[in-house]
Amino acid sequence: MLRTNGVTRVLGGRRVLDDLSLTVPEHGRVGIVGRSGAGKSTLLSLIAGLDTPDEGSISVGLADCALMPQRDCLLPWRTALDNACLALENRGVPRTEARERAHPLFVRLGLAGSEELLPAKLSGGMRQRVAFARTLLADKRVLLLDEPFGALDAITRSELQEWLADALTDEPRTVLLVTHDVEEALLLCDRVLVLGNGRITAEFDVDVPRVRTDLAFVELRERALKAIA
Amino acid sequence: MRPAILFAALIGVWEAVVKLAHVQDYVFPAPTAVARALYDDRGLLGSATLVTVRELALGYLLAVAGALVIAIALHFSAALRRALLPLLVLSQTVPTVLLAPILAIVLGYGIEPKLVVVAIVCFFPIVVNAVDGLRAADPELIRMMRTLHGSRLAIFRRVEFPGALPAIFSGARIAATYAAVGAVFGEWAGSSAGLGFVILQAQPALETARIFAAVIVLSALALALYGIVSLTERILVPWHA
Repeated sequence: MLRTNGVTRVLGGRRVLDDLSLTVPEHGRVGIVGRSGAGKSTLLSLIAGLDTPDEGSISVGLADCALMPQRDCLLPWRTALDNACLALENRGVPRTEARERAHPLFVRLGLAGSEELLPAKLSGGMRQRVAFARTLLADKRVLLLDEPFGALDAITRSELQEWLADALTDEPRTVLLVTHDVEEALLLCDRVLVLGNGRITAEFDVDVPRVRTDLAFVELRERALKAIA
Repeated sequence: MRPAILFAALIGVWEAVVKLAHVQDYVFPAPTAVARALYDDRGLLGSATLVTVRELALGYLLAVAGALVIAIALHFSAALRRALLPLLVLSQTVPTVLLAPILAIVLGYGIEPKLVVVAIVCFFPIVVNAVDGLRAADPELIRMMRTLHGSRLAIFRRVEFPGALPAIFSGARIAATYAAVGAVFGEWAGSSAGLGFVILQAQPALETARIFAAVIVLSALALALYGIVSLTERILVPWHA
């Protein structure tokens, strides 16, 4: 479980987060949507333990969370599989053993055949998959996804959203997704919170079929979009 | 192809001017005289080249190793960076040609002072580029490493150092062009062999064509070292091609 309690963060004299409390149940998936500058990335940095709140408390820290940033952040000098193994090697697992342990997940995530390719040879979608494999292999109980497909074109993004939904069903984790894409949040999460001026301004339970063209899904998306506006 | 044509044209003009103006070979030899010296003195130049190559290669390796150790130490310690960097800059203001005789007195007339002179001439561009390269690591990559259990050492090994390699090689390529000059300065300060020694011996004998021939061999050595460093970079830094 992930819980923030009355978290406030002031940056440059502005309350970017203002007394914010939220809970993500164990293996639950919560999405945070909001306009640019609403405080989404600040919240993730605090939860990931990369920054500290001015007030309030957070139940997890750097040791519990794996962060998947918007940019894939693959190291250009390491092959795809070696990039995925980073967390294992950082924990002292020898490279050969780390590769053996990472390979089954690599295959499950549809990356078989690209093990030895350098990131420059991978498509944007493949790079994000490798970044996701790297995040999962950090073996932390909380996944923080920061606009994970924000840098991709619309078609690839749509494909990867469906792929990620399946991957998270196979590899259940406690997930906090930050995105400006309401549809993405509704497709991937059980609950969607709208962040505005550093506070939660609306909450939606995703109790509709996760099909983009389904009428109930479209209505929920419209309600969420109105809440952001 | 164009540089080759320009080079051939310059050689042609040089030959023509020397021949038409009846300049004596000992004053300024024509390219054909230099070529003749290269062939006639091949035994002398060959054995001298072996001596200089040894000084140049070992001195250059010393420079690379020393520069990397210094750059890494400066990267990890801001206090050391503040204290040592001005001294390193100061070391470059001392003319090497004056430093070489002092080193010969201190270290003797063996290979050691030559290695130190080559290393002093070469290490600075590598240190400066390496320090800049290490500091230029992408903060997002470092942040990503911190969320993946990355220790300070892991961040250095897996992000900062590989990321700095292109900059380190830029410095190493610049340094490669200085190494031959360093070896000659070292030999001028006291030696009995090497291309610098050949030049020193040829000067009072007015064997100007031999001096030119030795200079051509030195240039070829510098170019070869540059080529080796560039090739090593291609092999070790394939993502930066």
